[in-house]
Amino acid sequence: MFKLLKYALYDIVKSRFALLYTLFMVLVAISIYQVSEDMSKVSLSLLNIMLMIVPLISAIFATTHFFNNLEFTELMLAQPVKRRDVFLSQVLAVMFVLSLAIVIGFGVPMILWGADSSVLILLGIGIGLSVVFAGLAFLASVLTRDKAKAIGISLSFWIYFSLVYDGFVLYLIYSLVDYPLEKPTLALVFLNPVDLGRIIMLMQLDISALMGYTGAFFQDFFGSAKGILLSSAVMFIWMILPVSAAMRVFKRKDF
Amino acid sequence: MISVQQIHKKFGKLEVLKDFNLEFESGKSYALMGPNGSGKTTLIKIILGMVIPNAGDILVKGKSIKGSYSYRSDIGYMPQIGRYPDNIKIGQLFSMMQDMRPEIREYDMALATEFGLMDMLDKPMHTLSGGTRQKVSASLAFMFCPDILILDEPTAGLDPIAVEILKNKIIQEREKGKLILITSHILSELDELTNHAIYIHEGKIFFNDTTESLKDITGESKFTTAIARLMEWSLKKKQIKTELSHV
Repeated sequence: MFKLLKYALYDIVKSRFALLYTLFMVLVAISIYQVSEDMSKVSLSLLNIMLMIVPLISAIFATTHFFNNLEFTELMLAQPVKRRDVFLSQVLAVMFVLSLAIVIGFGVPMILWGADSSVLILLGIGIGLSVVFAGLAFLASVLTRDKAKAIGISLSFWIYFSLVYDGFVLYLIYSLVDYPLEKPTLALVFLNPVDLGRIIMLMQLDISALMGYTGAFFQDFFGSAKGILLSSAVMFIWMILPVSAAMRVFKRKDF
Repeated sequence: MISVQQIHKKFGKLEVLKDFNLEFESGKSYALMGPNGSGKTTLIKIILGMVIPNAGDILVKGKSIKGSYSYRSDIGYMPQIGRYPDNIKIGQLFSMMQDMRPEIREYDMALATEFGLMDMLDKPMHTLSGGTRQKVSASLAFMFCPDILILDEPTAGLDPIAVEILKNKIIQEREKGKLILITSHILSELDELTNHAIYIHEGKIFFNDTTESLKDITGESKFTTAIARLMEWSLKKKQIKTELSHV
């Protein structure tokens, strides 16, 4: 398992993609740090960029990586190794490189210009989202035999969680504005990893005061130990679920 | 050594293999033939555990392959198209494969040496031509002196010198008493390398015997014409079937 992982990692780290992605992250972080001195503004700007870019890149990269390595995966399956190990080595290598790019990309400017706890949480959310969307991308990849179709499905995951879902939630809130909606919105937030990341992060900043009664309710919930525990648990489920579903399919897949 | 028992495989609605039974014995070399889409590659992939059959079982050295992976260390497999991670070097690929079989300590690098791969261990895989990649695949299949060799179109894309080297190696291994299974569309090659012919037609075995008896039955003295005759027969049989179904 670790032997396979070692070579899979080596292959991705050596690829141009890993370098470009890290470089891009560094550039984004540096430019935002240059604009403002206020740490909470910096982390808010980084958050907004990250919530759009990270899921998109993770989904696309994981899918193309799976299909580029398909023939090699087949050859691995003909060797005396477990199917589970072949799959996990690919997935973990992708997730590791995506997370590493965020840690280095956002971490280097932090070391240079300082950071507070909110930026560390931002890093955690970035890694979480990379894992979630890489997992969803692998699920899309094992379910189809066609690269274009798999990329399409991965992209629609991204569009759904980043754009469509928010529209749906807004519509619901506006049409049910006369009812107490705190708890239903909380449940809805848990059903979307991107929103979950956003809310966890926003609650670390002071701007939640601007969000009215629901904001206060969220602040109360996500500020408490129970809330932090629950929200990280839900994020964790989001990280595990797609990958384990993909592994189940992979174990029975015909190559 | 390999026993294929009642294998049944469907892809969607398409039945590729139906109640398929076959025995491969060690010391023999088999030519697996059949028109495109007849189920040759599917059969090989089922033996290797890459495709999972709907029903039936495969025994390798008397043990079922269901849920097992260690049996594959007895099999050297050369795929039709060998593609490898772009940024890994030839040397790293070799040591990676060696890492996967920790119980084997002695490696047969004869083929890699003869192909001249030992001088280019530092080259990343994406810089290699298709033929060189094919050489890498061949070297990997023979590296661990496996008891079973499965070669899927082994000479496709190789230059004539490399083809000769590979053929000699296959003959050498055959004489050591190993089980060799080759699919190819180059019939003259199969004639040289194998002594047992299996002809698959639409997921069923149409012919399974030694090459001598194939020549006897068809009444042809040359292997290639004998196979051509076999193909004609298999097509005729299908025609008769459709005619009957119209009645």
